[in-house]
Amino acid sequence: MSTLEINGLRASVAGKEILRGIDLVLHSGEVHAVMGPNGAGKSTLSAVIMGKPGYEVLAGSVMLDGVDVLALPAWQRATIGLHLVMQYPTEVPGVMLDDVLSEALASRGRDTSALGQMLLDEADRIGFEERLLHRPLNVDLSGGEKKRNETLQLAVLRPRFAILDELDSGLDIDALRDCSRRVEDLSNDSSGGREPMGVLAITHYSRLLNELKPDHVHILVKGRIVTSGGPELADVLETDGYAAFVPADELIDEPSASAGGLDDLFAL
Amino acid sequence: MPVLDLEHLAAIELPSTDEEIWRYSRIADLDLGAYRPTDHVPQVSGPIEFVEISGATADLFPDETPDVFAGLNRSAPAQIRIVVPAGTVVDETISITHTIGADGCLVCPRLVVEVGADSQVTIIERFVSSSEGPALVLPVLQLRADQAARVNYLAINELNQTTWAIGNQQAVGLRDSTTLLATVALGGDYARVRTDARLSGKGGSTRQVALYFAGGTQMHDFRTIQDHDAPHTHSDLLFKGAVQDHAASVYTGLIKIREHARGTAAFQTNRNLTLSEGAWAESVPNLEIYTNDVKCSHASTVGPIDEEQRFYLESRGIRPEIAERLVVLGFFDEVLSQLPAAGLAEGLRARVAAKLNIGEAAS
Repeated sequence: MSTLEINGLRASVAGKEILRGIDLVLHSGEVHAVMGPNGAGKSTLSAVIMGKPGYEVLAGSVMLDGVDVLALPAWQRATIGLHLVMQYPTEVPGVMLDDVLSEALASRGRDTSALGQMLLDEADRIGFEERLLHRPLNVDLSGGEKKRNETLQLAVLRPRFAILDELDSGLDIDALRDCSRRVEDLSNDSSGGREPMGVLAITHYSRLLNELKPDHVHILVKGRIVTSGGPELADVLETDGYAAFVPADELIDEPSASAGGLDDLFAL
Repeated sequence: MPVLDLEHLAAIELPSTDEEIWRYSRIADLDLGAYRPTDHVPQVSGPIEFVEISGATADLFPDETPDVFAGLNRSAPAQIRIVVPAGTVVDETISITHTIGADGCLVCPRLVVEVGADSQVTIIERFVSSSEGPALVLPVLQLRADQAARVNYLAINELNQTTWAIGNQQAVGLRDSTTLLATVALGGDYARVRTDARLSGKGGSTRQVALYFAGGTQMHDFRTIQDHDAPHTHSDLLFKGAVQDHAASVYTGLIKIREHARGTAAFQTNRNLTLSEGAWAESVPNLEIYTNDVKCSHASTVGPIDEEQRFYLESRGIRPEIAERLVVLGFFDEVLSQLPAAGLAEGLRARVAAKLNIGEAAS
């Protein structure tokens, strides 16, 4: 059983504090959804955990089974068991998906001889076209193909914890179902004596959670988790929107809130 | 007109960097008198029935002398002439290798290529050094693609890092012809190639691609001209370079569309990676357009490895130095995949990888 523990995490981008004290504890096999409106700090949370350049940690810690994650460079965070599924996967011209996964397995000291078959199996399972396996990463892929590609990499690398940054954005309904089901399966899969994957699913919309069943839901507003609960919280969001979780004083601060959309309200 | 004669090297006046065409070059460092004109015998393989070696006096552009070095080349005996008769498809690649001495020699290889109407040929010209040591190579390529001819040409520079090379390429494409001019430059101390690719027949098309990678104190210098001298002509250019250590590179490209070249399309892309703090690259695109009815674009970039690309690979658990290697090799892949004689690409890719300093210490 692995544990990912985030304590009092504060971080800034370009001098502006975006995360203002995040506490979360995840265990193997658990699915945690972190939901929030635009500007809440969702992408920042995923970037800071994974070590993306350009983010400054002001305070707090991220520990994976007692290892200080924030002290490691990004590639080592990956090799000890963290994986980021990106909202906008980067195009890397001329660098082939299968070559990257081969290098990625090698740096984990894992056998690469079965990679070819593994790729074929995973591609088939999530509806990723076989012809795209030996193609430059994300180049000329549609939004849906990019997210299937991200999900395929996740399944091949099989981390201890997956951080999904808006997996659902840009996805048609079929791709969303295929990708979220695969993640759900990984979170339940303890075959071969492996621990099931833990999931931190960061999302704006609850539609991701139709197939990916969260055990815990956290509401992130302005860099803080304002409420945590069970899956029923997502249902509340679905019917009432984020308004239910907004402190009253912020509504007073932003008089146009009643007229504008939710995104306007939180993108302050 | 000054004497351009190999017997009187000391009398030759060299250009200076004050002239725009030699801007950024190392021409001021050249001491012509330090080199000794030397006979040179190239090796040719493939379908040699189309190849004439020595004794050939063909000159496709007798009225044009791009620079003093092309003039010097003209005063040397012509060496190789390839003539493909009309209606002939040459399946097998013609390969020419120039092994240049490394004892202060001056060599002027000249290749004249005449491809008849509706013919097809692929030619690879490789420049290598016999050993370590200085030399000066002044190659000239003259190429004519007749109506509907299809010509692929690839020059590979793998000279040693003390040899200078100053080359001129002149190509003309007639009606409906298709010409690919490709370059891979890994070698040389200062290595310059000027390419004039003219389309003089309606419907003609040229494509130019180059991969150049300089390390140490090497400098690569490219001048290209896409000259549209007929209506409905098409040109496309993709030059990708990298510099590491204290190396330098310059790309200067001109798209010239003459008044009568209506309905023309011309594209030019130059991308450069600077892999070390001390390395330097410059990109200078120019347009000269004298008609309205054209489609034209140019793009140029100079910069380090893209941080997002590196992070994406690192986030998969790949060490930074391996991530950088993958990104650089991937960057060049776009050119390698377009080279004629696809079988060469893998070997050239390996040579680029071997030259790349990134990650050496870690492996």
